[in-house]
Amino acid sequence: MGCTAEGLATALRAAAGVVAEHRAELIELDRAIGDADHGENLHRGFTAILAALDAGTPATPGAVAKLAATTLISKVGGAAGPLYGTAFLRAATKIGDAGELDVPLLVEALKAALEGVQARGKAVEGDATMVDALLPAVAAAEAAADGGADPAAVLTAAADAADKGAESTVDLVARKGRASYLGERAVGHLDPGARSTALLLRAFAEAAR
Amino acid sequence: MSVGIVLVSHSARLAEGLAELAAQMAPDVTILPAGGLADGSIGTDYDEVVAATQRADSGSGVVLLYDLGSAQMTADLAVESLSNPSSALVVDAPLVEGAVAAAVAAQGGADRQAVAAAAAEAGMPPDLMPVLEPAADTSAVELTLTNDVGLHARPAALLVRSVAGLDAEVTVRLGEQEADAHSVLALMSLGARQGDRVEIRAKGPQAADALAKVKELVEGDFGE
Repeated sequence: MGCTAEGLATALRAAAGVVAEHRAELIELDRAIGDADHGENLHRGFTAILAALDAGTPATPGAVAKLAATTLISKVGGAAGPLYGTAFLRAATKIGDAGELDVPLLVEALKAALEGVQARGKAVEGDATMVDALLPAVAAAEAAADGGADPAAVLTAAADAADKGAESTVDLVARKGRASYLGERAVGHLDPGARSTALLLRAFAEAAR
Repeated sequence: MSVGIVLVSHSARLAEGLAELAAQMAPDVTILPAGGLADGSIGTDYDEVVAATQRADSGSGVVLLYDLGSAQMTADLAVESLSNPSSALVVDAPLVEGAVAAAVAAQGGADRQAVAAAAAEAGMPPDLMPVLEPAADTSAVELTLTNDVGLHARPAALLVRSVAGLDAEVTVRLGEQEADAHSVLALMSLGARQGDRVEIRAKGPQAADALAKVKELVEGDFGE
């Protein structure tokens, strides 16, 4: 029992809903330490994904992920575009022509997404970025998969770890992006990218139930 | 054809203004701004960066400079998407000085590696050197700057262009300081003004050509 193209499209629609719902929150988080565009940019990107999916769902989950990637890269306009775009692009490459995402392939796709984000943004754990949410999320997904979890449980484990990881950025000095100019003043703030990563993973987990 | 240059910025006006500034020093180089989002707001537009990179390439490749964070990632992604990614280089350089240095290097016929290097080096302190006794095989000519602005930006750029591509090490000495004649920023930081007497020193197989070219420029008041 895996995730089909239709299933991934449903998860992306759910993610678009969550992004719309949390648009203002992400803007506020980003206003505190950045340029206040994260919520708006991500909303624009996911709205474009909805439009692209409405025009027709591609046949395979890999093609759906690629559609999400190219749409985010073209439409977001801020750092989240290249970062999430590369994440989906690497995941799409990993998924290839597979007709369904089973648990091992899902974990591989998540790992590829993490590697893509790290390669693109050059951030490491502790820099107060989306890596601080995604890295523990992928580790938790792997552990859950090893324990025999189904896709929904794997994604739930990932989302739980991402929540915790995002919270950890509150105590960190940001070392990447606009927030890095603030130095110590960025301490005490939740990183908007880590927050949106946790929100997206939660949306995927809910959709997989 | 010269290497093309693409300026990736969050702001359309920043990119356009910088393209205008750099073009003044390099009239024959394609310098394209790729700033802001399609609706005019602040951000980096991947599709525009890809299009500008393709348009700026006349066969010798492209060098891309960027302002902040996501502009670098957008530039990297755009280059990766090209049919031949090795035709373009994204360079970590101070945007304004790097763009000017890159433009002048491209105008002088440098290849894309050298154009990128010129941009990157613009972030370093200008390489003014204390004056050394010239080596025995160095030839030199003393000239008086008679143009209005001395070795200011445009004349400095013209001087760099005049010796670019020649097989010669060329320096310009003013008093106790000497500057590499291949660096616009080093020449400008000499602060040579109208009426100053400078010594042009050259070494290498085409040293005589280099001196002749600089002499012609200076005596012609840099075309002012």
